[in-house]
Amino acid sequence: MPAWWLWTFYATIAFALVYVVLYPAWPMVTRATGGVLGWSTRADVAAEIARFEAANEPMFARLLATDPAAVAADEDLHRFAVAAGAAIFRAQCSQCHGAGAAGVQASGFPNLLDDEWLWGGTTDAIVTTVTHGIRNETDPDARYSQMPAFGEELDAEEIEDLVAQVRALSHQSHDAARAAAGAALFETNCAACHGAAGEGSRDLGAPVLANAIWLYGGSEAAIRQTITFSRWGVMPAFGARLREAEIRAVALYVHQLGGGE
Amino acid sequence: MTKPATAAPPPPRLYAAREPVFPRRVAGSFRTLKWWIMAATLGIYYLTPWIRWDRGPALPDQAVLVDLAGRRFYFFMIEIWPHEFYFVAGLLIMAGLGLFLFTSALGRVWCGYACPQTVWTDLFITVERWIEGDRNARVRLWKQDWDGRKLRLRLLKWSLWLVIAVATGGAWVFYFADAPTLLADLVTLRAHPVAYSTVAILAATTFVFGGFAREQICIYACPWPRIQAAMMDEETMTIAYRDWRGEPRGRHRKAEGAERLGDCIDCLACVVVCPMGIDIRNGQQMACITCGLCIDACNDVMDRVGKPRDLIGFLALSDERRERAGEARRRVWRHVFRPRTIVYSLLWAGIGIGLVVALFLRTDLDVTIAPVRNPTFVTLADGSIRNAYDLRIRNMHDTERTFRIGVRGAPGLALALEGRDGLDLAVPADAIRIQRLYLTAAAASALATGGRSPVEIWASDIDGRTRAEVETHFQGSAP
Repeated sequence: MPAWWLWTFYATIAFALVYVVLYPAWPMVTRATGGVLGWSTRADVAAEIARFEAANEPMFARLLATDPAAVAADEDLHRFAVAAGAAIFRAQCSQCHGAGAAGVQASGFPNLLDDEWLWGGTTDAIVTTVTHGIRNETDPDARYSQMPAFGEELDAEEIEDLVAQVRALSHQSHDAARAAAGAALFETNCAACHGAAGEGSRDLGAPVLANAIWLYGGSEAAIRQTITFSRWGVMPAFGARLREAEIRAVALYVHQLGGGE
Repeated sequence: MTKPATAAPPPPRLYAAREPVFPRRVAGSFRTLKWWIMAATLGIYYLTPWIRWDRGPALPDQAVLVDLAGRRFYFFMIEIWPHEFYFVAGLLIMAGLGLFLFTSALGRVWCGYACPQTVWTDLFITVERWIEGDRNARVRLWKQDWDGRKLRLRLLKWSLWLVIAVATGGAWVFYFADAPTLLADLVTLRAHPVAYSTVAILAATTFVFGGFAREQICIYACPWPRIQAAMMDEETMTIAYRDWRGEPRGRHRKAEGAERLGDCIDCLACVVVCPMGIDIRNGQQMACITCGLCIDACNDVMDRVGKPRDLIGFLALSDERRERAGEARRRVWRHVFRPRTIVYSLLWAGIGIGLVVALFLRTDLDVTIAPVRNPTFVTLADGSIRNAYDLRIRNMHDTERTFRIGVRGAPGLALALEGRDGLDLAVPADAIRIQRLYLTAAAASALATGGRSPVEIWASDIDGRTRAEVETHFQGSAP
């Protein structure tokens, strides 16, 4: 063995000793020894994040200065907004709407990918919904609609007739005799909001009943549940949680998921 | 009862200082070959980054360029994208097999002639010899105490080594950026710190490895000497001393009994020229890098004393038995062409042909598709079923091109591109574009109510010259 090999080994030991003094090294009960340089991976990450956030700031400023409907024409800005919006969506929205934005029908969390919108699917309409939320008690401008619980006004037979009529409007299998009886009930109790043919109303937030999309499900059991007890889906207002530019970014992201208008 | 009269000898030390090696200058055919290979390899290394190659305005004009930031590798007419890394893998495998082939046929000729460690050490020794003189002068200088002359010679040598070392580190970074621009930046101190630190690290390793560590790298640091034995067998041509001809060695040719001596006159010429500092007469050994300089030195001596040449020569182990038995050697080509080398050659050529074929078959358009699986399908208001896909188009061409996107294999599917009208997609020169696609099956159609149906997405250059297809599936509402 050449002697330099041995000296190289001693040098690595000396290096380790110096390293132990300068950097975090020995695990103690609650945390490792700090090292005299005070360096930590966490501080490094924080600095790194701050650097990227500072670099993103001009793009957010540009987003704020651009009309949301016009962002799609600016390819760079649109790409930035969609990427930023996707990150915000994962952190703030995916808990209810799902990571893929497909919603959860059993819980009434809307699918954001399809082409039906309760409150409108333009970028501006989505910005309003995200900012103020739906039926919450914190934002006076929250979108608001309320369907009565018909279980208190109609008897069970009448509700069954209505269920058949709603199934008929959406071209699903139904009992024709019950549907004929339910048509009059629908005219009296439902048409004011949902429209005579179940075409819905975005101004009132009344869902379309005559198509294939169901917020809570289109089975007889689900429709019966909805008519009897009503539904009360709530979305928080994000105006206080997110900056205006971030809300626009997340709205642009949702808009390009397949249903944007 | 008495203790043994002599104490046990002290155990040998496990560590020893390096024995400095002062190779003497030598002339001959192997030395000439070594000079030519040295000139060629150094020339390729230092000059390649400066070769220009016109690729149009959108792309760099450097013939060989590793563009790490842009994730491209340019090699003359070839431009390799990250997804085509198998070309690089193939070249590395060919380099490995080539090394196996040469080692099994000719021993460690890679080590002796073409290895960067050997080439730069040779260059450094040449500089050393030029400044301090040949072997004897260098040994004297090494042994003498420090004085003005020694200091002057050493400083001159070290500064020339440093110039070579910096040029070596400098040439390396030119492979990763436009060489003329980077050189101007380096000189005017405007280059990126990474460029300077790379140059500094490579200059330092070149300086230390070529100037001081030299044969220590080959003997102690390099893994190749350890695995080369697996490629060598008794048919491998290696450097050998014909001890049956040379022994008993002796230098007093006029002394009594000189007629019993062999051809070796024990002049040590083979030892003093050896860059590894070994004595080849001890037989084939791990430190031998098969450079052949001892052959040159010995042949020179044999010529002068009037003995036949090739007392030291390239020899296969199997020939030793024949020569000892007084038979003729087998011809060199019969040693070289044997099953092992033929298998290595065939593998090498097979991969080479595969790469060339792949190179000719590759188009400058590549399309991949990733179906969106969360959720697998979406029901639209009219009851139709829609699938989403992320289409990735790589336009590996030096101009912007517009591609028409289409679907085939499942009649009745409507295709749409997110965020744009029509089915045309412009992709800038030498760029990737990711586009969301939608395929929609009408309500209650077989595709909408079925399970997975195979479909094909194609992208075609507007003028129809280039076309790429990719297979995927359409997922209906049935599981």
